[in-house]
Amino acid sequence: MLTTTDPSATPEIAGLAAKAARARKIVGVMKAESVTANETSKRLAWVAQMTAVRDAKDTDAFAELFAYFGPRVKSFLMKSGASPDLAEECTQDVMVTIWNKSHMFDPAKASVSTWIFTIARNRRIDHLRKQRRVEPEDLPWGPEAEAPQEDIMALQQETELLGKAIAELPDKQRVLIEKAYYGELSHSEIAAETGLPLGTIKSRIRLALDRLRHAIG
Amino acid sequence: MTGTIKHHLTDDLLMAYSAGTLPEAFNLVVATHISMCDECRARLASFDAVGGEVMAGVETVELAENSLTAVMEKIQAGAGISIDKPKSVRAPDSIFPMPLQEYVSGDLDAVKWRMVGGGVSQAILNTSKDATVRLLKIPAGTAVPDHGHRGTELTLVLQGAFKDETDRFGAGDIEVANEDLHHTPVAEQGEDCICLAASDAPLRFNGILPRIAQRFVGI
Repeated sequence: MLTTTDPSATPEIAGLAAKAARARKIVGVMKAESVTANETSKRLAWVAQMTAVRDAKDTDAFAELFAYFGPRVKSFLMKSGASPDLAEECTQDVMVTIWNKSHMFDPAKASVSTWIFTIARNRRIDHLRKQRRVEPEDLPWGPEAEAPQEDIMALQQETELLGKAIAELPDKQRVLIEKAYYGELSHSEIAAETGLPLGTIKSRIRLALDRLRHAIG
Repeated sequence: MTGTIKHHLTDDLLMAYSAGTLPEAFNLVVATHISMCDECRARLASFDAVGGEVMAGVETVELAENSLTAVMEKIQAGAGISIDKPKSVRAPDSIFPMPLQEYVSGDLDAVKWRMVGGGVSQAILNTSKDATVRLLKIPAGTAVPDHGHRGTELTLVLQGAFKDETDRFGAGDIEVANEDLHHTPVAEQGEDCICLAASDAPLRFNGILPRIAQRFVGI
């Protein structure tokens, strides 16, 4: 059905195939070295796919990311108040942005789910709130060409543990966090909401902090 | 800068910035502080990771049948490709991080200051109406009239320092004030204090003269 997996559809892909293979091999090695939970290897697979999109404009890898994240981005946007049509349009926009900005993806600084979330959030602000949002200035140094593999690995594991910590929260607390990220709570509501388990997720976040600080510089 | 900052963003502000629900004026102050503070940059990354997990954890909905095809067509048509902005990093001697420079349309010398009395100058920056943000220049040694807050007020120091009843705030420090805080900030001797201050409700001055002045200057 799709012509997109046909290499002739993207002329530049031929020259980049070797690079894609290399990107996948790197993460393949990482996977072999670290026999961990399935969940972490799922995250490493996303890193491999995203890296292949970034380095080789790999449309197969992109289609795999699309199949997993597309329905979730759309659902997230609908929960944030978008109609199904607007959510579809906005999701397509997010996926195009993922492709176009893939050179900004740095797996030592953000996991794939985190990175896609920030893109979806910014699109939501554009489309739904029609507001301007400034981003912090860039760090004076750029992404490293080849991030240390142990950093990439550690960040995926931290993110995995953070996800678990959230999933295991009592329903009421988890729902509050979800509401905050769907945009249903204003800042003052977050500040006033004593049921928000900031303490609980903070202990997890604290652990992630040193790792992130290391990655940031 | 990092390492000397003592007063950081609160968790609720970082979470709201990460969720994308802050008023534009607050976004600017948060983004400017994070530009100066690696600690808060790292904490924001953690809150973004929470958002990523919330998004990845939702139950899925169906995409339009031709969704992927439509996306690939847009990509191949070059949709949404913008020329990469040059790296957003300020000059080493500038006290205005890039997010602020975007709103000022330049550096410190581009600010159009207006006197508001007591030697204090301000420049209101243009944002959506749900909150306001301004640059304040308080001459060294000068006090800002005693005032309270109806909502939340964020004050980020860009140059110099001020002291109030709670503590000393130097460059990079951010004071998050709410309704409970009545304070009289005083700029330290030595250097004019330049701050970026946002508020989601008008300040409440405790004195008849500042209150009359307030009507004219729009603080």
